[in-house]
Amino acid sequence: MSNMLNLTLKVWRQDGPDTAGQFQTYKTTVADDASFLEMLDYVNEELIEADEIPISFDHDCREGICGSCGVMIDGRAHGPQKGTATCQLHMRQFSDGDTIEIEPWRAAGFPIIKDLVVNRAAFDRIIESGGYISVTTGAAEEANAIPIPKHAADAAMDAAACIGCGACVAACPNSAANLFTAAKMQQLNMLPQGQAERYTRSNDMVERMEQFFGSCTNYGECQEACPKEITIDFIAMMNRDYVKSQLVNRRRLGEKKVG
Amino acid sequence: MTLNLDAHIPEGPLADKWTNHKFDLNLVAPNNRRKFEVIVVGTGLAGAGAAATLGELGYNVKVFTYHDSPRRAHSIAAQGGINAAKNYRNDGDSIFRLFYDTIKGGDYRSREANVYRLAEVSNNIIDQATAQGVPFAREYGGGLDNRSFGGAQVSRTFYARGQTGQQLLLGAYQALARQIHLGTVTLYNRTEMLDLVLHEGRAVGITTRDLLNGEVSSHSGHAVLMATGGYGNVYFLSTNAKACNVTATWRAHRKGAAFANPSYTQIHPTCIPPADEFQSKLTLMSESLRNDGRIWVPDAEADNRAAADIPEDERDYYLERKYPSFGNLVPRDVASRNAKTVVDEGRGIGPLNNGVYLDFGAAMERFGVDTIQERYGNLFDMYERITGENPYEVPMRIYPATHYTMGGLWVDYNLETTVPGLFALGEANFSDHGANRLGASALMQGLADGYFVAPTTLAGYLADWLGTDPVPIDDPAFTESHTETQDRINRLMSINGTHTVDHYHRELGKVIWEDCGMSRNRAGLERALVEIPQIREQFWTDVKVPGDPNGWNQSLEKALRVADFMEMAELKVRDALHREESCGGHFREEHQTAEGEAQRDDENFAYVAAWEYGGEDIQNDAVLNKEPLEFDNVSLTQRSYK
Repeated sequence: MSNMLNLTLKVWRQDGPDTAGQFQTYKTTVADDASFLEMLDYVNEELIEADEIPISFDHDCREGICGSCGVMIDGRAHGPQKGTATCQLHMRQFSDGDTIEIEPWRAAGFPIIKDLVVNRAAFDRIIESGGYISVTTGAAEEANAIPIPKHAADAAMDAAACIGCGACVAACPNSAANLFTAAKMQQLNMLPQGQAERYTRSNDMVERMEQFFGSCTNYGECQEACPKEITIDFIAMMNRDYVKSQLVNRRRLGEKKVG
Repeated sequence: MTLNLDAHIPEGPLADKWTNHKFDLNLVAPNNRRKFEVIVVGTGLAGAGAAATLGELGYNVKVFTYHDSPRRAHSIAAQGGINAAKNYRNDGDSIFRLFYDTIKGGDYRSREANVYRLAEVSNNIIDQATAQGVPFAREYGGGLDNRSFGGAQVSRTFYARGQTGQQLLLGAYQALARQIHLGTVTLYNRTEMLDLVLHEGRAVGITTRDLLNGEVSSHSGHAVLMATGGYGNVYFLSTNAKACNVTATWRAHRKGAAFANPSYTQIHPTCIPPADEFQSKLTLMSESLRNDGRIWVPDAEADNRAAADIPEDERDYYLERKYPSFGNLVPRDVASRNAKTVVDEGRGIGPLNNGVYLDFGAAMERFGVDTIQERYGNLFDMYERITGENPYEVPMRIYPATHYTMGGLWVDYNLETTVPGLFALGEANFSDHGANRLGASALMQGLADGYFVAPTTLAGYLADWLGTDPVPIDDPAFTESHTETQDRINRLMSINGTHTVDHYHRELGKVIWEDCGMSRNRAGLERALVEIPQIREQFWTDVKVPGDPNGWNQSLEKALRVADFMEMAELKVRDALHREESCGGHFREEHQTAEGEAQRDDENFAYVAAWEYGGEDIQNDAVLNKEPLEFDNVSLTQRSYK
């Protein structure tokens, strides 16, 4: 059965991208069975009924897969529970009497829209620069024509688990997006289907990333914050592919052995 | 009956219809395609797939999503898998068998020709996704792995761990991103469709609201494709994402698109039971869990002992008992109804006695914990995060929840609605799943419509409009829709009542769940038809929408959506009341066999109920049109999964 928690929330409120923001304090009482976002829903219901403006936050699926949600909770991206997006964090992770500080992702590449909502369009721009395999609908060959070792498929899936939430950027002292970019790139670079564009992809995605985000200096905070626990091994693989992409004579790509 | 419901089903044998039709359709030549503007609303599997494919073909595409990124669409949450008739397991599968299973699973309330085409293109989808780099599960030999799913006796489900929807959507999103990069597709993110624009009876554009700055805008095109999902959130609590809504389809319905079978809703058997009234949504546990989990409740009522303390001979594995040949893998509607029955009998488990057990004890003994962890690890972790219970140690608690809606806009074989130039794809249409959808078939249908069907059939429509310009957005058709939309927003903002939008949404949800949920009867439906207009009236006089309409305003977004759910709910109940039979997800208590199974009435109800909008008094003004369903290739039988 659920227990009730009395909480003090310090929430970042900011009207728009160009206005100053500040913390505001709210007191609330919620059951520990509630999810973190249900706690915010509840606070918002109270605010609306008291003629105040509710707290804006992005969210949608509430099952940790769409990547819409994500806030800094007591200075940690997605809060205290490892491998858990904000929507799946439940209040039983907190104690009665706690003060919880809630802020948006803080990164120059993610401008604040309102309160806890940020603009993550830069991630879409990185994908558009090369995060795909160019195969026109209808042009695919029989799916079992290329055997893919189970371990390779599993490794590609480990990278592909990325939900694009931006926690890696928010957690990084440099606001680097290397974990996101590496995960998206290496999923494709590890598979036979992804070889034809491997080095153009590696070059284009890294260069687009650098237009928006800081540089990686291997703190490793990103993998600690990642709700899908994606490892920084993929960053090492991306760095290798990027360096190779600078050396490879692109006209001779077809002569290269896969792998 | 005032609508023409000609489904335009091609002539010829079932297996040749799609091939013949593709040849008979008009084409648009490659050099002419750039002369057409096509609007695609929604970026789930169907929308992203269609927008990407139309871009590849050379059309000018505008694609709209209310999310910040196309990748967030709710297709992403599908866990279990996608069906295809590859027969990689050599277990007797075929296109015809997938067709047959889907028709039978839908309780003979879908259209043969559409379903056959779905089965036919299923194999192309797997090829396409694999080529895109979707990391489907593999066997050690390097080939694609399959698992089995409810309602089928073959293994035909392809999967990517418990994240198949995510991986397929990202494949489609990435194909879309490539087209955005190439400039064939323009993306309008955080932009919500609020109205459909008609000119001389055909769809020529949409009216949208920019969620960032509140601006209402008009967009014009030669055709409009809506891939805007289902209406499951009419129940407030469902497994749908919070933003999923009926507004696009409902607004199209108000402009003349018939709404088919709105009463057909799928209640998914394996969700986590609600914990308390603050619950904001329900979480689904993939149906694939039923492959290895055994469902049971105690024999005795209100048996509140821990699961481990209930001996084997005091447990009722009720699905295995009642349906020996399908056991725990009966179709979703059957599994859901049986869970309701045992909970209603007082044998429910958990703190609120509102669930049944899904037990992996036997499977872990047989295969080892590691195998179970590999198959379902992420689902088990998710369950533990939500409930605080470890499913490796205690059985999961599950209960049915609204998950998918089989009804939707009526479409013909070309996926065109009753409004010329308006096409509906994926869950937004009604066409393939009849009265019940089989597991792993939603992803299949979304991608079939998006990649293969709509891009082909659209040319047949566009060919007639070659050489014409899109209707300009200063035409009265657009300005009137713009004004109407702005008025609706202003009206909501000016009510300034006492209760929040969620309050009214929750009230509506309770009525619909109680009286038009897993099982329905005349008295309950009639009661709902009294209560829903009352809630709607209260909403429009007493809702409180704070903030500024000319800027970011999440309360206003919700209010616009809930306002449309209020109207749609009434049509849904009206449809459930008129359908005096039980079929699939529509279970009317008055119509059941002696054993408590759904009893169809093929003589009187083997038709699609396509409702035509008649006016604001939905339940009395809506006009029923019928498309008779003809079955030439399967014989209608009472479904039996025993």
